[in-house]
Amino acid sequence: MLVKLIRTTIIASAIIVTGMAQAASVKIGFVTTLTTPAGVIGEDMKNSVELALQHIGNKMGNLDVELIMEDDGFKPDVGKQKTDKLVKQDDVDFVAGYIWSHVLLASARSVLDADKFLISANAGPSQMAGSRCHKNFFSTSWQNDQTPMAMGEYLNQIGVKSIYIMSPNYAAGKDMANGVENTFKGEVKGKDLTKWGADAQLDFSAELAKAKASGAEAIFVFYPGKAGGAFIKQYQQAGLQGVMPLYTVFTVDSIALPKLQAAGLTGVLGSKNTQEWSPDMDNAANKRFVGDYLKKYGKYPSFYGAQAYDSIMLIKSAVEATAGNLKDKDALRKALMAADFDSVRGRYTYGNNHMPIQNFYLREVVEDSEGRWTTKIVSTVYKNHQDPHAKDCKM
Amino acid sequence: MDWNLLISQLMNGLQLGLLLFLLASGLTLIFGIMDFINLSHGSFYMIGAYFCGTIVAYTGSFLLGVLLGLAGVFVVGALVEWFIARKLYRADHLDHVLVTFGLILIFDTLVHILWGASGMAIPLPDVLNGQIILGNLVLPTYRLLIIFAGLMVAAILYLLVSKTRLGMLIRAGASNRTMVEALGININRLFLIVFALGAAMAGLAGMLIAPITEASIGMGNDIIIVAFVVVIIGGIGSVKGAFYAAMMLGLIDTLSRSYLDVLLGLTMPVEYAETAAPALSAMLIYILMAAVLAFRPQGLFPPAGMK
Repeated sequence: MLVKLIRTTIIASAIIVTGMAQAASVKIGFVTTLTTPAGVIGEDMKNSVELALQHIGNKMGNLDVELIMEDDGFKPDVGKQKTDKLVKQDDVDFVAGYIWSHVLLASARSVLDADKFLISANAGPSQMAGSRCHKNFFSTSWQNDQTPMAMGEYLNQIGVKSIYIMSPNYAAGKDMANGVENTFKGEVKGKDLTKWGADAQLDFSAELAKAKASGAEAIFVFYPGKAGGAFIKQYQQAGLQGVMPLYTVFTVDSIALPKLQAAGLTGVLGSKNTQEWSPDMDNAANKRFVGDYLKKYGKYPSFYGAQAYDSIMLIKSAVEATAGNLKDKDALRKALMAADFDSVRGRYTYGNNHMPIQNFYLREVVEDSEGRWTTKIVSTVYKNHQDPHAKDCKM
Repeated sequence: MDWNLLISQLMNGLQLGLLLFLLASGLTLIFGIMDFINLSHGSFYMIGAYFCGTIVAYTGSFLLGVLLGLAGVFVVGALVEWFIARKLYRADHLDHVLVTFGLILIFDTLVHILWGASGMAIPLPDVLNGQIILGNLVLPTYRLLIIFAGLMVAAILYLLVSKTRLGMLIRAGASNRTMVEALGININRLFLIVFALGAAMAGLAGMLIAPITEASIGMGNDIIIVAFVVVIIGGIGSVKGAFYAAMMLGLIDTLSRSYLDVLLGLTMPVEYAETAAPALSAMLIYILMAAVLAFRPQGLFPPAGMK
């Protein structure tokens, strides 16, 4: 009898203790790429998440934040394993991050089937915006098609008649190519989808020779991370600069620019790209983010970092709006949907598919007052733009 | 038919082939002579790129970077042979694979600790960043330099292997190692030189490619697989075989990347061809390897006396 009583007491107190521990913190799992050459992107996101936590004093409302970072190794299968671990073993409340569309597509179900919230801080595959949209999936980035659509629109505006498209052969690469083809009214003279993944193709000599022979007026590329720097070097070495102007999305960013500068590739100065954010955006949240990032890490943050920073702020806004009651999923979802926080890109709203409805800007590569290469907003291409897949989402 | 395009693509294929040859020639000698499977051969490729990049960053001279970098990789190769590989020659192939796979991890992590995760760009002198114009043909100067350097090394290696005493021993070692040992040759010294030489050539390949793609962690691990394919197609231990096989793979890879989508587009809808072509062109070299293994398992140009 006594033994039984003691046992019950121990179990009961254990339940109370773990229950209390759960209530005292909000657990966020963050999946990004920390190894392989793409690790530089993950590093930028990690830096930004850590800066965000520093800015909010590691607290959301009266709850402490417990962050668990995981490395997807640039592989969908590893990403899914890490996501499963976060959901099942760590029992996190939110899973955020994801640079790569194919990793997100492989991992999404693990989070959503467990009735947890999934916040993409970068990847925006068309599937998640359309047929596979989900009530617990939110994005602090964009849908893949949107940024290249803005670029296609800009190319129309300046009267470019024909382009050549180059992009990696994976989910996002195809979305990007479709995006620009969707809005560009001129002729697409040719298209190359190159090998992607941990052993991605980095020597583009054959494709550049084809692009040149195609006689297209301009070249449009999407090469995120390290491939971007490699592409721009080869573009300049092939003598295409001045012959075929370069228009990019997610290629010339704060990660590629310092290296391009170190290699002395001045050809990239003045080149144009489209994006929903830029380090020079003039709002209080962005000034604080970019200013402190520069101070802490000695370089500009990239859009990956900006979106990762926003993902933490979005979660914070929802946790605070529900007074830290993480059990009430409906209230949390409603609060996330409101996007009631100061995004570094300025305020935005969510569409029916939980993708941001936001502005897209034309950015130019310039030298800042201290001689560092960065991007500056030139004009607004789209105001409050919604992605084209929202109509396929049944929410 | 656009002849200018075809010529530039042939040059691109040649360039890729020569880089593969630099990697594969060392690999095939180490494999053929010492019967040692060196998965970490790609690490020398990476180390070469980082050594060269670091020296260029300090001295500003690309030439100096390549020369000192070569010496550096030679030393690293010699140390690996001396302290690690030497103890394993008599062990099983599986042991070679395990140890050299471990070496890959060690080298990758060391590079991460020393140089960070972000990779390293290697600036080129302006003259190399330009183009050479022949009529309507515009060729990047640097790519021509790679071709020139690759052909030079191939020629030197040919003379070394076919005309010198060292080369004779190397050929003898590749054909019948036991006999060379039995004849009283200091096999340890021969192995040391071959290993370090192979490492230096892999390092040179890394140095040459890095100004195009930049030096990064694990850069050798992707290309080493293709280098093994070259070794198998060419015949294990055969430098001549490695040369022809590398040229063949370089051309197949480049030409399929440039023309396969057009060819496939003739037989299927364009949107399928666009997706299928890159996948198929990535597979072609492995299909070729499978065919070689099926019909001529000793490779296309096996060393004399090897059956």
